[in-house]
Amino acid sequence: MINLLWLIPTLPFLSALILIFVGSRLSWRIAALIGAGSIGLAAVLTILVGYDFLSSGKEAYLHVAWNWFQAGDLSTTFAFYLDSLSMVFIFVITFVGFLIHIYSIEFMQEDEGFSRFFAYLNLFVCSMLILVLADNLVLLYLGWEGVGLCSYLLIGFWYSEEKNGYAARKAFIITRVGDTAMAIGLFMLFTVFHTLNIQDILSQAPLVWTTGASMAVVIAFLLLGGAVGKSAQLPLQTWLPDAMAGPSPVSALIHAATMVTAGVYLITRMHIVYELAPLAQLWVGIIGAITLLVAGFSALTQFDLKRVLAYSTISQIGYMFLAMGVGAWSAAVFHFMIHAFFKALLFLAAGAVIMALHHEHDMFRMGGLKTKLPVIYWTFLIGAASLAALPFVTAGFYSKDQILWLAWAGEKGNLWFFLAALTGAVVTAIYTFRMVFITFFGEAKTKVSHIPGMRITIPLIILATLSLAGGFIELPHTLGHFTLFSDYLSPLLPSVALKDGIESTEWTIQLVTAVLALGGVYFAYILYVKQPKISDEIKSSTFELHQFWFRGWDFDALYNLLFVRPFVYLSRVNKNDVIDQFYMGLVQITEYFNSTFVKTQSGILRWYVMGIVVGAILIMTISLFVQP
Amino acid sequence: MNVLPVEMGLLLAGVLFTLGLISVLIRRNIIFMLISVEIMLNAAGLAFIVAGSRWAQADGQVMFIFILTMAAAEVSVGLALILQIYHHLKTLDSDAADKMNG
Repeated sequence: MINLLWLIPTLPFLSALILIFVGSRLSWRIAALIGAGSIGLAAVLTILVGYDFLSSGKEAYLHVAWNWFQAGDLSTTFAFYLDSLSMVFIFVITFVGFLIHIYSIEFMQEDEGFSRFFAYLNLFVCSMLILVLADNLVLLYLGWEGVGLCSYLLIGFWYSEEKNGYAARKAFIITRVGDTAMAIGLFMLFTVFHTLNIQDILSQAPLVWTTGASMAVVIAFLLLGGAVGKSAQLPLQTWLPDAMAGPSPVSALIHAATMVTAGVYLITRMHIVYELAPLAQLWVGIIGAITLLVAGFSALTQFDLKRVLAYSTISQIGYMFLAMGVGAWSAAVFHFMIHAFFKALLFLAAGAVIMALHHEHDMFRMGGLKTKLPVIYWTFLIGAASLAALPFVTAGFYSKDQILWLAWAGEKGNLWFFLAALTGAVVTAIYTFRMVFITFFGEAKTKVSHIPGMRITIPLIILATLSLAGGFIELPHTLGHFTLFSDYLSPLLPSVALKDGIESTEWTIQLVTAVLALGGVYFAYILYVKQPKISDEIKSSTFELHQFWFRGWDFDALYNLLFVRPFVYLSRVNKNDVIDQFYMGLVQITEYFNSTFVKTQSGILRWYVMGIVVGAILIMTISLFVQP
Repeated sequence: MNVLPVEMGLLLAGVLFTLGLISVLIRRNIIFMLISVEIMLNAAGLAFIVAGSRWAQADGQVMFIFILTMAAAEVSVGLALILQIYHHLKTLDSDAADKMNG
């Protein structure tokens, strides 16, 4: 079965082609069957391939489809490389992607762009699969850009509204800044290694570079630039909250299965380079730590349900970056997987709420949905609990606890990382349950108009189950010590060396994390259910700060001032295009001669004869003096 | 027998040619212009004859016959054109036919 690996990205690609070319002529039933069915088949194939791969016991499987192109030293193959890391990613992408597709069938049923939507979704999944299965960095970059393109198409899916188009362009342009850095990084990698094959680079890197080699640091920083752009980390995080302009399933797909996790994948994949560049790796952690706090505080102040989730994604990806910064690679991948489950769940549930309430996004106009939409409520609650890392029962607890523990105890960890992660955990718990309490508790403020059907509730229930049970494949030392996930990744990703004699503190750390998460939930309960006045007072007393956080720490305004305004100013100065002036001048000279000589064409025959005579005399005179 | 020097013959041809050219330039009546062109053609023919007799070659006379044939064709086309111009403009003034100015 493993030789069918190439079919996994090909199936979504084919169905995207079908839907693009004949989609508008298909009925929605058939379009849905093709669109969701292809991903479903890919998910089934993934499980079969995965079973084969795991039972074969091999470390990696390579499938070369064809030689893509060859130029000088550079020989690029269209090859898929499956190892334990890409296995996790394709499992999440196809499986979560499939659930999102099922959900979209009902969510988008009334939309006139139904088949177009599925075509984009399929292409999105296909690009992401190519990205994680790529055997070389050129193919990875193809998937990387494909993901960027599809995010642009999907964020601007409802293009008739101007602000959606704006959000789409913003996402495209800002991620492009990171992509440029990454492309330069790839060029530099090529000059060093004369190959862009990932495995060759990873095996040669320790031989070519010593730890801390300046070239390694520069390349690691450039690749980090690409990762920061795609994964919406500081300072390129501003596109993600605006990306909420797209339909809810798109947000679920971007945040859970595709796109934003590409950066995590890239850094994990190139982890050997980062281990040779400790400075760059430290900065991965610093960026993660700052981002998770910045985004967490912003999430506290939002009133749009989806924007809270958007900021929480930025914050959770920050946790993954933090984990990678301390070298906890498998913890980052584990958190990625669990995050994919609960974030897809939260977005899909939020989408169902928004649909049930006539496209109402404002949480403060929701309320009281606990009894009206019980399935949505319970699944959303489970997702929120997992996001807030409520202890012992949720998957989020186990994945986040691992990151916190390694930030504290890992050799590369330090107190600041740990404190940032800990503060982030409290803030996460508060904003998550603020969202739950405002949306589902209290009085009903908007009438429920649409009760979600099976296609919406079943994916939610499956994802909710995964958000609870997914954590039990990796349990900490203190609770059972069951390490299926990190054992599975261990041939590929090294485990973290702990500081000496620190293991005894693990209980304390876990207890603190658990208490803080529960404390955060209780705090939110007091503020938004018991004593709503207090939250209003806090808000009015710190109104300036509240607004500052609400605007996402004014990064948009800063970039407007630094980049957009000067650019617009320059383009206004150069409205007439300096270089174009030269060509306009040519045109003017030609026109001048034309208008002069046109007078000689008088239409009077005798003038023409005169012209011939004068010309003949001139030529004869010249031929007298000039000997040939 | 007195042989006329070549220079005289060529001078006569040159004078005839110049006279024809001048009258093409100054005449406005289109028939006179046609006649002047004929004079110029015959001047050229005369130059050929003179040159042919000077070098004792038949080529000069052959060229003259060519010119004669060409002149006949030219006159027939020219007269037809003149008829058409008169038909349209009701005048023989060549300056009146200046519609093709730039």
